[in-house]
Amino acid sequence: MAPLPNEHLRYPRRRHGMDHDRYDWSIMQRRPRVEWPNGAHVAVWIVAPLTWYPLTLGPQPRPPTGVFDDPWPNFRDYTHRDYGNRVGAFRVMEVLDRFGIRPTTPTNAAVCERYPELVQEAVRHGWEIAGHGIDMGHQHDARLDEATEVTMVATALMTLRKATGQAVTGWLSPANAESLSTPDLLTANGVHYSCDWVNDELPYAMRTRHGPLWAMPYSHDINDASMIWHGHHSPLEFVDQVRSEFDWLHAESRQQGGRIFTLCVHAWCIGQPHRIHALERILEHVRNHSGTWTATGAEILAQYQQQVDQS
Amino acid sequence: MLADDLRYYDYLPITKRPPLTWPNGARIAVWFAPNVEFYELIPPVNPARAAWPPPLPDVLGYSWRDYGNRVGFWRLLEVMDRFRLRGSAALNVAVCQHHPEIIAAMQERGWEFFSHGIYNGRYVYGMDEAQERALIEDAIVTVERHTGHRLKGWLSPALTNTERTPHLLAEYGITYSCDFMHDDQPFPLNVRAGRLISIPYTVEINDAAAYIRRLFSPQHFCEAIKAQFDRLYAEGGRVMCIALHPYLTGRPYRLLALIEGLEHITSRQGVWFATGAEIADWYYTHYYNGMIALLASRRSGQV
Repeated sequence: MAPLPNEHLRYPRRRHGMDHDRYDWSIMQRRPRVEWPNGAHVAVWIVAPLTWYPLTLGPQPRPPTGVFDDPWPNFRDYTHRDYGNRVGAFRVMEVLDRFGIRPTTPTNAAVCERYPELVQEAVRHGWEIAGHGIDMGHQHDARLDEATEVTMVATALMTLRKATGQAVTGWLSPANAESLSTPDLLTANGVHYSCDWVNDELPYAMRTRHGPLWAMPYSHDINDASMIWHGHHSPLEFVDQVRSEFDWLHAESRQQGGRIFTLCVHAWCIGQPHRIHALERILEHVRNHSGTWTATGAEILAQYQQQVDQS
Repeated sequence: MLADDLRYYDYLPITKRPPLTWPNGARIAVWFAPNVEFYELIPPVNPARAAWPPPLPDVLGYSWRDYGNRVGFWRLLEVMDRFRLRGSAALNVAVCQHHPEIIAAMQERGWEFFSHGIYNGRYVYGMDEAQERALIEDAIVTVERHTGHRLKGWLSPALTNTERTPHLLAEYGITYSCDFMHDDQPFPLNVRAGRLISIPYTVEINDAAAYIRRLFSPQHFCEAIKAQFDRLYAEGGRVMCIALHPYLTGRPYRLLALIEGLEHITSRQGVWFATGAEIADWYYTHYYNGMIALLASRRSGQV
């Protein structure tokens, strides 16, 4: 075997802070305290994506949770994901309504085109629609040339804005996959915050060519698809872990200042009849605690920015 | 042809060894090895193994690890403080440059630093001897310059090795290796010059193995910690390692499992909470020479 090239022992970005310039190194626990409206110390943020997994979805560099790779045409998995759009989402909507919760909903542009009634219902219920790419088969990653990615970002956002009448200022890339330019393209298209970087539990500003892009603390593990689908945990084990997350944040935020409890649920997963009770149990647990404020991503970010500006 | 065994250690069943005890007659030595790591966004790709699935960047993978330094480490530290426990940091030594705040926090608390390579995605596979020497020298110099500590321990970055790694470690005065999962006690390693022992590290009571590879729930990991401790404690003369990653265990929903495990372990008498180097030093002082003599006589057929 050829010896390892010497670049493997060179470390050009070995310096204080990060090894890139996208954002600054910062320890969450050393930042100024934040408070949420009415003295709340835990912001509750539900993220409920609406997705379309095309039948032609092949192997992806970053498999989105729920990806399928059996030979075409895979009726089983295609229809199982599509169950979320026909049935599951309405079950989730009924539960969230009962608890008075409006989620942030990263929505594939394809869902707007294919299932306009679903998107209209979500809008009517006050859900915050966020960008989520074209569909789960269109990933934003370094294989794309920039012109293609520019079109993908612009098309996805334009479709959502037209269909919903909302400003659509949030974004989650399918499978959190980004090219090195994605944050720049997002701010160029009027996006204020992205959920792709999971390195923090409070919002922080990233640098882009067109001003700051805020990273919002999406949760890739307080997430039904990660824990139940990929992790093979039962709904009750899921409930147990999510409650544990909430309890820790609830106690910690009393001492250390406001925190964000993010829960991500997918209509095709939690929206199954035998699992929906998990969402009800979690929301009951949250409702039994004082000091919470339930809001959308855009609302949480606005509150956070206001306080950062004042301090 | 690749060797089917590098013969770094002799076979001596655990039942055939002289009894081993810890300071003040403790039944068990327990040590904590938080892996304090830095993963690069765009590392050079080792031909034997890619740090991230292509194409780069892997935003989810990278930012998930970065969470450990921005958030998770500080929660883990709080929990360790609550129990007055010291860690032995398996350190990607580039953390000294990137995040000296983390180094300072560990140093204030008397933690040990041992080498876990420069960056976690810089693998040792394929290095020639000069390159591997440069890596070891870098780790020694970096830790000494930033902490004043002489480096004593080694856990290869991402547990990647060449066939000569242990020989070189001994030559540079590293006293213990964590790359051997073969035992519940320290054991001499057969190196060509100097001396080196393995001390028990773990890919079992290890949150990365448990949560990522085996998809454990926190409750399952908590039960594993308790059961591992109870069995080793009952047997006596054993080492228990708890290997942790701030990006995994520092998550709010997993901390309670660790706390329950620590409550269990710290409620017993006769437990020696040590660092890796303290365990190695104790073994060298009290058992190493005797074990070398025993192994020599077994090899010559006298036992």
